[in-house]
Amino acid sequence: MIAVVDYRAGNLTSVRKALAHLGADAVATADPEVVKQADKIILPGVGHFSATAILEQTGLRTAILQRIEQGVPFLGICVGMQWMFESSAESPETRGLALFTGACGRFSETVKSPHVGWNSLTCEGSSRLLRGISSGAYVYFSHSYSAPVVRATAARCEYGGEFSAAVEQDNLFGVQFHPEKSGAIGLKILRNFCDL
Amino acid sequence: MLTKRIIACLDVNAGRVVKGVQFQQLRDAGDPAELAAAHSRAGADEVVLLDISATNEKRATLTDTVRRTARELFIPFTVGGGIRSLDDAIAVFDAGADKISINSAALADPFLITRIAERYGSQAVIVAIDAKRINGEARFEAYVSGGRNPTGRDAIAWSREAEERGAGEILLTSMDRDGTGAGFDCDLIRACSETVRIPVIASGGAGDTQSFVDVFNRGRADAALAASIFHFGLRRLADLKQELQSAGIPVRWPC
Repeated sequence: MIAVVDYRAGNLTSVRKALAHLGADAVATADPEVVKQADKIILPGVGHFSATAILEQTGLRTAILQRIEQGVPFLGICVGMQWMFESSAESPETRGLALFTGACGRFSETVKSPHVGWNSLTCEGSSRLLRGISSGAYVYFSHSYSAPVVRATAARCEYGGEFSAAVEQDNLFGVQFHPEKSGAIGLKILRNFCDL
Repeated sequence: MLTKRIIACLDVNAGRVVKGVQFQQLRDAGDPAELAAAHSRAGADEVVLLDISATNEKRATLTDTVRRTARELFIPFTVGGGIRSLDDAIAVFDAGADKISINSAALADPFLITRIAERYGSQAVIVAIDAKRINGEARFEAYVSGGRNPTGRDAIAWSREAEERGAGEILLTSMDRDGTGAGFDCDLIRACSETVRIPVIASGGAGDTQSFVDVFNRGRADAALAASIFHFGLRRLADLKQELQSAGIPVRWPC
């Protein structure tokens, strides 16, 4: 069972819809006990980094970390991926999971913000999440802050500078773009996660 | 590289896609869910569903239409038309919309932009502006109620205020060009695009390939909307993206 964590940030509908389309056994939940039973965890996210603060207050953060330590695959989407880093300039008082080093920052002043639309990936080496996806593939982004390129970066994207479009390390996966809104390519990436 | 988006707009009346000439003689053009999926397959980067139902009775079917259309659509999906309150917006988001578009209601109550943005994020809020030239000059007035009523507001100043209040994108329609096929109003689009820092979607006047090249280059649009499957057949959509790519405009193609 895949737990799709519901923390009242934006709506989960599109992620659940895509998983249903793939025939995945997924439940949306705000209950830490359900998260502790999950075989896989997806943390969607749109909107503001501070929205993740509720994960701490509700015990979801502890449940998620516990499952991650037990080796359960975890996928953070958009703000969900940013939360895997230490912090974000969007809300400096909100702490991330610090699974990856570095802080999320704003785009340079030379480009419009938010970064909205279809942009291409530059893939790095072998990624289980991006299996079958080639550099140049287009995916849909919608965000005002971005995560730096780190050792775990599985795909980079260019928009007023380079940032991490996807990260991957052991059972940790994150995508800045929205696979549930990225057509056939996005569904393929979600399928790869479901098949882990 | 960030690509320029081609957005397909479906006008919906009482749950059916329609096309009229100048809002008259509405003709049935099909099922929104089927047409949205077909546009996605043909290469549209996003789909906008615009409810043009004249009455509340007809509009009552909207959330059902949104739900059916969203179910098998895996590209961004915007819903507009008749969203007057946070509750209206919530119903449409719950039914599966990724973004909502508000127009008259935002001008009547600019705080509505902020209320929706605080709940769903700015990326989910598009403020649509219908603009018309003043005496044919490059000055633009915002209109409401489907373009029937002038507001006395400068359209570009309003776009900046909408951004400040939390809009994530501006959907800017030239009333002078709408339905003419004579090309987008690049002066209007550029004035807005150079004023706000959020993406601007150009609308009104979609015609030949060159009209899209012009609005992306001269108009500095981030996206262009074409308003009907009759202006914008599925075959034409695929051809358009290939032609834009040949003309050096970055587009998502093949997709």
